[in-house]
Amino acid sequence: MSKPPPVAGTSRALRYLGLRCLQAVPTVIAIAVLNFFFLRLAPGDLVDTMAGEAGAATPEYMAMLRQLYGLDQPVWTQFLHYLSRLAHLDLGYSFRNSTTVLDLILSRLPNTALLMLSSLAVALVGGVALGTIGARWRGRWPDALISAISTVGFATPLFWIGLMLIVLFSVHLRWLPAGGMTDVEAGRTGLPYLLDVARHLVLPVFSLAVFYVAIYARMTRSAVLEVRDLDFVRTARAKGLAPRKVMARHVLRNALLPIVTMTGLQFGTLLSGSVVIETVFAWPGMGRLAFDAVFQRDLNLLLGVLLFSSCLVVVSNLCTDLLYSVLDPRIEVR
Amino acid sequence: MPPILEINKLSLALPPGADRPFAIENVSLSIERGETLCVVGESGSGKSMTALAAIGLLPSNVRPVSGSIRLDGRELVGLSDRDMREMRGRNIGMIFQEPMTSLNPVLRIGDQIAEVFEAHDVHDAPGRRRRTLELLGEVGLPDPQAMAARYPHQLSGGQRQRVVIAMALALEPKLIVADEPTTALDVTTQAQILKLLDALRRRHGTAILFITHDFGVVAEVADRVAVLQNGRLVEAGRSIDVLSAPAHDYTRKLLAALPSLEPPAPRKIAPGIPAIAVAGLRKTYRSQPLLSAGEAVAAAEAVSFEIRRGETLGLVGESGSGKSTVGRCLVRLTEPDGGSIRIGGTSVDGLSQSRFRPIRRRIQMVFQDPFASLDPRRTIGRTIADGPIAQGTPKREALSNAGDLLELVGLRREVADRYPHEFSGGQRQRIGIARALASKPEILVADEPVSALDVSVQATILGLLQELQEKLGLAILFVTHDLRVAAQVSDRIAVMHRGRIVELKATGDLFRSAEHAYTRALLSAVPGGRA
Repeated sequence: MSKPPPVAGTSRALRYLGLRCLQAVPTVIAIAVLNFFFLRLAPGDLVDTMAGEAGAATPEYMAMLRQLYGLDQPVWTQFLHYLSRLAHLDLGYSFRNSTTVLDLILSRLPNTALLMLSSLAVALVGGVALGTIGARWRGRWPDALISAISTVGFATPLFWIGLMLIVLFSVHLRWLPAGGMTDVEAGRTGLPYLLDVARHLVLPVFSLAVFYVAIYARMTRSAVLEVRDLDFVRTARAKGLAPRKVMARHVLRNALLPIVTMTGLQFGTLLSGSVVIETVFAWPGMGRLAFDAVFQRDLNLLLGVLLFSSCLVVVSNLCTDLLYSVLDPRIEVR
Repeated sequence: MPPILEINKLSLALPPGADRPFAIENVSLSIERGETLCVVGESGSGKSMTALAAIGLLPSNVRPVSGSIRLDGRELVGLSDRDMREMRGRNIGMIFQEPMTSLNPVLRIGDQIAEVFEAHDVHDAPGRRRRTLELLGEVGLPDPQAMAARYPHQLSGGQRQRVVIAMALALEPKLIVADEPTTALDVTTQAQILKLLDALRRRHGTAILFITHDFGVVAEVADRVAVLQNGRLVEAGRSIDVLSAPAHDYTRKLLAALPSLEPPAPRKIAPGIPAIAVAGLRKTYRSQPLLSAGEAVAAAEAVSFEIRRGETLGLVGESGSGKSTVGRCLVRLTEPDGGSIRIGGTSVDGLSQSRFRPIRRRIQMVFQDPFASLDPRRTIGRTIADGPIAQGTPKREALSNAGDLLELVGLRREVADRYPHEFSGGQRQRIGIARALASKPEILVADEPVSALDVSVQATILGLLQELQEKLGLAILFVTHDLRVAAQVSDRIAVMHRGRIVELKATGDLFRSAEHAYTRALLSAVPGGRA
């Protein structure tokens, strides 16, 4: 029998949101704990690297530094400190960078967000477009071409694509910059500055997106082919709708639902992909920050970046679920 | 005036490798203004292809090779895609079989109807909205405002079919093509939809091309009838003439296969302890959302009956009445919440699944869908023998018994090595019955065993079941939504409504003097019942 229409209740959505956040707390704590102990398995600490870089240091000096940074404490004491700091939402201090971890992360976050969101947009638009074209021309040459490109796309390692693009577009053609986010020397402001950032953005975004374009193209193709034969698409055609509208409103609208799920789930992989890309292109983002923290044994910073990224993934999954319930009326948050 | 639709010597070619060269061959039909033409046939007769050809939605690998289709004098064969698109919706509306899947799940009802206007650039936005609401009212949906804002999953099957009818009707086309529009609906809903279609046809003078397999429905709605067999038109004429004096053998065979609502003379059932006795059976389904209390649906409530050996109890009801739940509880595919079940005098209440297993031999099930209920990767001999092997019969013996069973259900024993896809629907249902009989049960639960079959096949399967019942002294619980079938096979009938048995009587008595209001509603809704 017919059910009442869904209550457009913000209160229910809010309750759902609260519940999901509550559920995320143990996840995040578990991640924090595991990170803390796993990172301690690696030999060497901050003081070792600092001493190494200084060329030489006396054992006494190193012991003093360890005492200063609290590294002389037993592991579990450090752990308790770490937890109590976390409870106060304090991610700690990066002795190496002489600033708080949170400040460091927040200063890098916009750059990473810019890189990731641009890549995601390119991947979605490119992948869905290619997949739709492939399905439209199934078994013909455009389909074969797209499918060949996709295969290359997800068989090629990220860093290699990045390097090859640099060789081609920066070294040989000299069209685009090889790395960084701006031309620091030029000291541009306003619109020229934005254009400069955009120029720097092209290669890293493209490198990061290639893999996802390939995945989304494949998924879209198969989803479109599946939805195309469903009854309601036939109903739409029986109305006399133009093929373009049938495709956009009836086929794609339904075919994109699984892709939304996939995108949410892949947010984490995209984040780790950006570590590689940021390193290759010297992009001053969080990935690069994490990478440096590993080599400097800056555990506080590394823990902070990891925890922060985990939270990002948890939040993005939550957003995906909410978005999904907006896109698919059959799914009601409760 | 020319007929609204005139199909002349139309042939549709099937792709190479199909079981025959033409989907339909040399078929000629015509429909006058305001008239309903029923095209009748069994699966594979080409009736749906005829419908799709009329609205220009044939699959890409089926194409017209000769003949013509004229709508109000205008030739449709060979029309460009753009021109054909202009015809669809504006001049020809279509209603499909499956209301559950023929609406887009992520768009609101109102938007889906308004889309018809949009597709043909009719009305401005407020005008579209106003017409949409009018249409929703005209097809008998309550509260059009609220209905327009809903999504398909919030509507019942009958309501969805009304929405599809509203869409087909939106631009008042000259012709509506209805492909089995009520086949997926409950009998009372079917009666309402047929009445609605008829009223709309009278009001707007729309011609209807009505595709169906059901002569009961034909008797209800048709002005004229065309009978298709294997893509050829075998008989056409006025509905009254064809139904009362069919000229062609095939038409006669189809009409004869339609079970009568007149029950046969009652059989004599030997007294004795019941093969199965059910008392106070109860099953409640609960949805368990994360936080809220959840909904409880009583699928079976205080259900009690007995069946003797050699007797058939028909369990009839509409979808959601709980009839299948009862069947599944008996064989413990579903765990009942309460009540008692005695099999041959032995109580099985509270037995764990493993303790129930030896008893399961005595009660077996025949399923509805002969296509989905056989494992496609197992030979049918193996499928039949699996049960006895699990009960401890040596493999060699079980396989040889499987051969005997195949002969018992009218198949050759050599086919035991074949796979399900090599058999037709009727043959698969025979296999399903052989599988159920493998462990020599006393009780058979048959859940809609003939609903997925064509009428002529249906009749042979029902005959087989009855023959086996007499030979083996089976007690049968026959679950069905089809009162005609129930009338023919049941000694007694139990009518289920919302989880309860509202009436249980000898078949003859039930049809003569139904007491419960719901039983009477059900009986009067049977298509062609008064004919």
